[in-house]
Amino acid sequence: MNALPPSSGCASDLAVKKRPSNQTPILRERGQREVFCGLTGIIWLHRKMQDAFFLVVGSRTCAHLLQSAAGVMIFAEPRFATAIMEERDLAGMVDAQDELDRVVGRLLERRPDISTLFLVGSCPSEVIKLDLAKAAERLGAKHAGGVRILNYSGSGIETTFTQGEDACLASLVPEMPAGDPNGEQELLIVGSLPDIVEDQFLRLFEQLGINHVGALPARKSGDLPSVGPNTRYLLAQPFLAETAMALEGRGAQRLDALFPFGAEGTANWLRAAADAFGIDEMHFNNVIAGPRERAKRAIEHSAKQLGGKRISFLPDSQLEVPLARFLNQELGMEPVEVGTPYLHRKHLAQELELLPESVRLSEGQHVDKQLDRVREDKPDLTVCGLGLANPLEAEGFTTKWAIELVFSPIHGFEQAGDLAELFARPLRRRDVLKV
Amino acid sequence: MQLSVWTYEGPPHVGAMRVATAMEGMHYLLHAPQGDTYADLLFTMIERRGKRPPVTYTTFEARDLGKDTAQLFQDAAYDAAERFQPQAMMVGASCTAELIQDDPAGLSEAMDLPCPVIPLELPSYQRKENWGAAESFYQIVRVLADRSVKPAPREGRRPLINILGPTALGFRHRDDLVEIRKILTDLGIDVHLVAPLGASPRDITQIGAADFNIVLYPEIGDEAARWLERELKQPAVRTVPIGVGATRAFIEEVAEFAEVDPTPALGDNSSRMPWWSRSVDSNYLTGKRVFIFGDATHAVAAAKIAHEELGFEVCGLGCYNREFARDIRVAAKLYGVEPLITDDHMEVEDAIIAAQPEMVLGTQMERHIAKRLGMPCAVISAPVHVQDFPARHSPQMGFEGANVIFDTWVHPLVMGLEEHLLTMFRDDFEFSDENGPSHHAAHAPRKHTATQDETPAPAPIAQPANDTIWTSEAERELKKIPFFVRGKARRNTEAFAADQGRAEIDLETLYDAKAHYAR
Repeated sequence: MNALPPSSGCASDLAVKKRPSNQTPILRERGQREVFCGLTGIIWLHRKMQDAFFLVVGSRTCAHLLQSAAGVMIFAEPRFATAIMEERDLAGMVDAQDELDRVVGRLLERRPDISTLFLVGSCPSEVIKLDLAKAAERLGAKHAGGVRILNYSGSGIETTFTQGEDACLASLVPEMPAGDPNGEQELLIVGSLPDIVEDQFLRLFEQLGINHVGALPARKSGDLPSVGPNTRYLLAQPFLAETAMALEGRGAQRLDALFPFGAEGTANWLRAAADAFGIDEMHFNNVIAGPRERAKRAIEHSAKQLGGKRISFLPDSQLEVPLARFLNQELGMEPVEVGTPYLHRKHLAQELELLPESVRLSEGQHVDKQLDRVREDKPDLTVCGLGLANPLEAEGFTTKWAIELVFSPIHGFEQAGDLAELFARPLRRRDVLKV
Repeated sequence: MQLSVWTYEGPPHVGAMRVATAMEGMHYLLHAPQGDTYADLLFTMIERRGKRPPVTYTTFEARDLGKDTAQLFQDAAYDAAERFQPQAMMVGASCTAELIQDDPAGLSEAMDLPCPVIPLELPSYQRKENWGAAESFYQIVRVLADRSVKPAPREGRRPLINILGPTALGFRHRDDLVEIRKILTDLGIDVHLVAPLGASPRDITQIGAADFNIVLYPEIGDEAARWLERELKQPAVRTVPIGVGATRAFIEEVAEFAEVDPTPALGDNSSRMPWWSRSVDSNYLTGKRVFIFGDATHAVAAAKIAHEELGFEVCGLGCYNREFARDIRVAAKLYGVEPLITDDHMEVEDAIIAAQPEMVLGTQMERHIAKRLGMPCAVISAPVHVQDFPARHSPQMGFEGANVIFDTWVHPLVMGLEEHLLTMFRDDFEFSDENGPSHHAAHAPRKHTATQDETPAPAPIAQPANDTIWTSEAERELKKIPFFVRGKARRNTEAFAADQGRAEIDLETLYDAKAHYAR
């Protein structure tokens, strides 16, 4: 047995950056990440876009990830599948493209109801440089008329969890029809929301008097909204950097706002649109007063449970910063560490300003070091992925599964109470159990 | 390329994880990108383990490719060795790392790590989870076993054995082990080592001290057992004790190897299954047609139980692990059915539709297929689901395992007495057969289950063979048939009518068909 060489800082390089808004340092870490890859987004995207099919071009691991993360077994036949590459596909590239044509042909034959097919790149397809853009173009021409074929990468070497949705939506932007440059100003909501939440927002915009409102992604691929210099867009999700850039490339302008979580976040988000569309202040207040009050009432009972409690977020969905802001601002929680896989400083500028000075912001992950910090910090609630939750519970920590925050409707006034409840429930359960 | 919506097995490195996670003091360094960590949740959520799997993922990104992924691997190896202080380390690559060819085995050899290293070559684009588990366990034994360790002379001591095969995330492995230990205690045999489950690398070095091995799960343990047979001259017991008959055969084989009297274990009086099966109320089980699919070991065992111990008729038999297809072929011949060797669940669904069984014994996937088709079903095999880790003791092996199997298989069926009562009461105005049997939701009428599917399956679900018309009289008569056989009666009658070229189904056709299909 040999002595270990001196620790070289391992797979983690630790740099300290300044937070532009209030100069709080950001801890940047590199190492093992306990997060999903971008393929996981397919689980909610395929439900949102009901005539789209997602074909992952990848390995058995990709297929196994999707069924493990989604509990796919309950579905008759989900609108996603994996073209599993095998030894013979790796022998030569020509082969792999031919194989892909065959698989897509078989799929479209079986599912004539599909109107958009996404070819989704994975780690192995990226590493062997299988050109899915070319494949999409070729197959698109072959199956022209019936189905639109697009491609994006959800690979773990390029995307983390929700970045898969970003890549998917960015691939839709070039497909959006051009807006009339001389037409009226239009509003675009960007980011997939559960239909019920989207409808609530559409109703509010209508009441405000904003009439031209589109949503990306659209529920039906034929209903893609238009985009152009008259488009003003609101991000409904904080993880859409690439999509935002693509939209701006087509002339759209982002409306800077808080993200629509909780009563205040939602009010701020709606106000950004109201201001851009010249909605009268009084009218705005009249429209949102009711639902805003309802949201405040709905989170009240959770405030008793959550007020003063300390919370740490492990990096997962990039929702961490806005959620920490909501919990701090509206429920009186104290964020200890807010970890996020990637911090988009510009999109989160307003959010960051509202976070207390004391918070430790971290970007990236070295999971073992981060768990050491959780053990030292001893937060009352730790938000983390499914791989870490039970092990932390076994150590005596109370945890909240981060994935539920992505799968549940949590945006807007009417969901503010549900969102607070998601954090309050683990604590209440801890208090209730006598076993 | 294989178009796959769902897979029975994960990739081979997940098999290696099942071995590493089962062990104590072992660490697995996996060269892999972020995202492959999803596999942790199989253990922490499905099996509800309170510890993270002992796996370090090197987590390379696109920008590392072609630059320093090998350095990343080495740094992660030193880091893991220091942080976790394992007794031994398995090193290998996941599917993506296999493509970048960093050679984890060579790298780790050159690194002089402070513990023995077990290099794993698990070809992700050819092999699957069970194979990965078997290969990993075999490599661990091959690298770690001290070949100078031999059993002590037999005189004056009890027989000493190893149990090979149980892993993390195994289908009832935890509970099977309890039953096997009970049998061995009754026989006066001591357990030297259970591996991989609960064994440490140090324990593995001493594996040679046992007189012989018991291979509980051939899919995982047989590769290592064959090496031990060859290199350490340790014989192996290979009878898998699932079912009453197999348990008896197992006891006799173990006793013979150990040179002890089998009687104490054979006389186990907690074995209720034989009497439950013989008692008159089980008469209605006779000849029930069952379709069986799972891993080869569990499927073959299930077929034997179905045929010999419950009096069912095996109308379909198959497995998803090609490596053990031979066992299935042999068994299928025994029951006169066509063996089904496939890892495509849609093919299995088609086979079930074609066989029209009265019950399906399968994996969680077949449970869903059966649910859609309105057939009773019981789960007999991995892949595991959170339901396969019940809080209560629920083995498959040994006499208690046979008791559990009797209950699990028979409860989804309509019970004998209930069958008569349903017939008696079906005209009662308060009785609605749409409520289904009282005790189980497993085969509620299809119109209730249709809404459970998120999207309508485009797969064909037994449609009428043509547009044959039922006369209202025949339709009324059909309604008098108990609901749990009504679907079958309708299908049979329609098939019969189509066959006979009758465009209309009247009373006559209905009873002609009944006579035709009578067995």
